[in-house]
Amino acid sequence: MLHLRAPRTLVAPALLLAALALGAASAEAADKVKVGFVSTLSGPSSALGVDIRDGFLLAVKLNGGKLGNLPADVLVSDDQFKPDVAKQLFEKNIKRDKVDFMTGVVFSNIMLAALPEALDANTFYISPNAAPSSIAGKDCNPLFFAVSWPNDAYHEAAGQYANTRDLKSVYLVAPNYQAGKDSLAGFKRTFKGTVAGENYTKLGQLDYAAELAEIRAAKPQAVYIFLPGGMGINFIKQYVGAGLGKDTTLLLPGFSADQDVINPVGAAMAGLFNTAHWSPDFTNAANVKFMAEFQKEYKRVPTLYASQGYDAALLIDAAVRDTKGRLEDHEAVRKALKAARFDSVRGPFKFNTNQYPIQNYFVRTIGSDGKGGLVNKSFNEPILKNHGDAYVQNCAMK
Amino acid sequence: MLIVEQALNGLQFGLMLFLLAAGLTLVFGVMDMINLAHGSLYMVGAFVAAWLVALTGSFVLGIAGAVVLTAVFGMALEVVLLRTLYARDHLSQVLATFALILILNDGVKMIFGNDLPLSAPAALAGPVELLPGLVYPAYRLLILAVGLVLALLLWLLVQKTRMGALVRAGASNRTMATALGVDITRLFTFVFGIGAALCAVAGALLGPLLAVQVGMGENILILAFVVIVIGGIGSIRGALVGAILVGGIDTLGRTLLQHLFREFLPPQWASAAGPAVASVAVYVFMAVVLAVKPQGLFPARG
Repeated sequence: MLHLRAPRTLVAPALLLAALALGAASAEAADKVKVGFVSTLSGPSSALGVDIRDGFLLAVKLNGGKLGNLPADVLVSDDQFKPDVAKQLFEKNIKRDKVDFMTGVVFSNIMLAALPEALDANTFYISPNAAPSSIAGKDCNPLFFAVSWPNDAYHEAAGQYANTRDLKSVYLVAPNYQAGKDSLAGFKRTFKGTVAGENYTKLGQLDYAAELAEIRAAKPQAVYIFLPGGMGINFIKQYVGAGLGKDTTLLLPGFSADQDVINPVGAAMAGLFNTAHWSPDFTNAANVKFMAEFQKEYKRVPTLYASQGYDAALLIDAAVRDTKGRLEDHEAVRKALKAARFDSVRGPFKFNTNQYPIQNYFVRTIGSDGKGGLVNKSFNEPILKNHGDAYVQNCAMK
Repeated sequence: MLIVEQALNGLQFGLMLFLLAAGLTLVFGVMDMINLAHGSLYMVGAFVAAWLVALTGSFVLGIAGAVVLTAVFGMALEVVLLRTLYARDHLSQVLATFALILILNDGVKMIFGNDLPLSAPAALAGPVELLPGLVYPAYRLLILAVGLVLALLLWLLVQKTRMGALVRAGASNRTMATALGVDITRLFTFVFGIGAALCAVAGALLGPLLAVQVGMGENILILAFVVIVIGGIGSIRGALVGAILVGGIDTLGRTLLQHLFREFLPPQWASAAGPAVASVAVYVFMAVVLAVKPQGLFPARG
């Protein structure tokens, strides 16, 4: 009788040797950079994810398909606006594809659900958008870098702008999820007048008839909303449809006033004020190049989301370049990411100790682009200068 | 004035629910078939309308075309596929029509893409002053008007025409109706076509308010089932009353309850609790109705 199976005592050591061999193989210097890109690419808010993706891929393309000195493999997938789908995609990218960086998620609730997959596997997450207050403060993590802004920032800028406009009463609306709560907390932090009402709607809700009736009854001087993507498009259309635009000023964060909203809503957007960290008319060299290349490649004006995707790729590019491709040296990669030695399309860029940006925020207004369309134009002076966030003191990283 | 405006909102939502519930209750009542794919017909109607409006530039042509095409599609579906399900038990019908939802979702995605833009006609994009102090969006008034007109037409059809009498007979007692020589096959196809047409109107009208996207039919389908259970299977009158009640409870619940909660809860909790309790309120109401009148408010049978 032949013993066709290996004797038990040999199997375990053999497996161990194989594992070690594989482990040793991957510990050599990487010959390419793998990036897992998970974002919302379908549904009413898909314009945001699509723009971040297009900005990111453009930067890689302009760099000759490389990040740093290594050829880049960007694995793009669609989270369909569902946290559980995003979690599975993160797991797939990290465990099966063995990516070096994860990035891409638009919405804070989806990102918070999927992020543990990256953190538990010691993989860097570079956020091109969602940057909740929890991770700026007590939950800060050396693997998490926000390239965009702290969630509260645009809203703090808007609150400050409302002060300069001498607005006494404002009605607030935001969706009931982490970023929504951050947004109105941010506005109230800087705003000095009274809050006429505060309404948290369901995330993804598209019919605002009931909320608009409430606003009309409350008679505020101004309305400030945080409703990104399709939510904002519908709200603004219905706001105009309800006749509220005439007596009540509508103040917006850049999220609800960029090209993805301007195009479907149209002429009703003209003259509206909004706040952002970036505007298409910035004159620094990096932005001039970005604007020209994006419009040439995709035949449309980029949104601030696209600028963030582009900057995220530039950040990863800088980190890979500065560590000379030795991605297995985690500390070195982290140091290089933190140093952020790249030319951002927004102008000056630096990270705070909690790895969230410190930067300027501007007021923008929507005006004619000279070709029959509408585009954002920024004021010269920032409304908030070298602004960090209110949570950094709770972060243990120094 | 706030109450009046919210009441109008509730009525508008209720009337659109009625358009879906009417078709659903007829199909369930006359053919004894649970059609889960009814929400998908609503989605198909919205997509076809969005596509036609983009093609022709006219909102009216878009809706009219969507109604015709969706009715034809519905009837074709009935002849080819759903006819085989009448004889089978409800569970088989549920399984088959659920599969149909998935197939139609992907089919629409393949043909039209994940979503299509659809805007209200520019003439209706602004508000209308109904009474001094009561301003209401013109487009929603259109929805209210269309809903009321269709409700009236449906009532006329069902109560005053011969076809309507046959439908009521079939809903009341199918076996007896067949025994009396009613051409059941043609009747069923007709009923299905009417149901599909009503779905298309609802889909096309709600498209500019909600988003025209794959899967849009599923949420509203559940409420439509609640409506027909409350109203009574097979009864158009029941569907109308049930829909207005459900629409009213949902809208007023979302807003009035929030005011109530805000008295003693922080705004984030009040805003979350209001809509949550409102959606529970609808089901609680259904349970109460069923406890008192198990066949619904206006049962068609017996």
